[in-house]
Amino acid sequence: MTAGATRQPAAPSSMRLVLTLAIAGLVSGVAIIGIYETTLPTITANKARELREAVFKVLPGVSRMQALVYRDGRIMVVPEPDKDEPVVYGGYDEQGDFVGYAMPGAGPGFQDTIALLYGYLPREKQVVGMEILESRETPGLGDKIYKDADFVAEFSALSIEPEIVSVKKGTGTQPNQVDSITGATISSKAVVRIINETHTAWAEQLPAPGTEPPLSGEPADNGTGQ
Amino acid sequence: MKKNESYEEFVKGIWRDNPVFVQVLGMCPMLAVTNSAINAIAMGMASMFVLVGSSFLVSVFRHVIPKQVRISCFIIIIATFVTIADYTLLALVPAVHKELGAFIPLIVANCLILGRQEAFASRYPTRLAVMDALGMAGGFLLALFSLGAVREILGDGALFGFKLFSENFEPWIVMILPPGGFLTLGVILLFFNWFKYKKDEFLADVAEAERGGS
Repeated sequence: MTAGATRQPAAPSSMRLVLTLAIAGLVSGVAIIGIYETTLPTITANKARELREAVFKVLPGVSRMQALVYRDGRIMVVPEPDKDEPVVYGGYDEQGDFVGYAMPGAGPGFQDTIALLYGYLPREKQVVGMEILESRETPGLGDKIYKDADFVAEFSALSIEPEIVSVKKGTGTQPNQVDSITGATISSKAVVRIINETHTAWAEQLPAPGTEPPLSGEPADNGTGQ
Repeated sequence: MKKNESYEEFVKGIWRDNPVFVQVLGMCPMLAVTNSAINAIAMGMASMFVLVGSSFLVSVFRHVIPKQVRISCFIIIIATFVTIADYTLLALVPAVHKELGAFIPLIVANCLILGRQEAFASRYPTRLAVMDALGMAGGFLLALFSLGAVREILGDGALFGFKLFSENFEPWIVMILPPGGFLTLGVILLFFNWFKYKKDEFLADVAEAERGGS
């Protein structure tokens, strides 16, 4: 490739080059802001709906929820939790009576962070449901932590005292034991560890059973939307 | 005549110059997101949107953009379309967006798309550029889908999530893992090259016969 063959007869001024790029950047920026503003409400609504569905799934019998945070030494109801603030979701039944907490937890899995949500009944000290929100576990092996119905069912009536223990498949006899998935031991253990860690982190902060904050009257129960 | 010309630009991308099987471009998304047919199609559609949109704009503005800054301009145009595709997918089909993850923003780095701008759209009239983009993106979609379908059928015993076989079928898990992508792609490339070889051989035979006959 010779320099002479590709050179332009008269090079455009630098001004023109700068202007071209500036205009292109400006138009592109406006287009991106436009699409961001247009899609943002749908994206936020989707996320809120996903969270609500997950909460209702891990807490059977729950039909209303509100976000709870730990501030100034006690659990309180907030309509909008701050970003990065640890939060749990209180689940309430039709009559507005407290049922249990939906607790989000996250931790390292086999490949990447596993984020999950589990339903916890403080009176019975039981885990009653578990849903994986985010994971990049190996397809076909590690992803059984949410695709294998038997494994997910292990978390439907699981005693959390003193802590959950993962055991080899088929050997679980105690109410606090979880059968690991063959071929996905690390992923299964990670799920158990995340629940245990989340439980320990919140154990001191959650109020005594029976003194949970009541459902706040306003319908601002975090993204019910409509 | 004109009609044939645009038709020709469209068809070449699907088969003769197929971006994946013949030009071996766009390998990253090809191997990464083809573990199921639906992911492959979503990726193909997103790439098609970006490629057709960018080719159209690049071709319209081909006399306005100075040669010295053309690559930067192409990238700005491509990146804008990729961002639009990213947010649209996130809003409309969050489940698919979650599966494709980082590979949507990475469309911007797909050499197939920048390659078409530089090699075609910036030199030809808009109509031809759009036809070329449609053909190339169609070929890319076809390639992604064939890989995705083969891998999902063998690796999961399903197509688009519908189980195809009885319970006795033991899925080849390796097919939906990264090595399965390489294996399938290798076999398909082998087929393409064999086909091309056979075709050349046949054409040579025909030429030979014609020379002998006359």
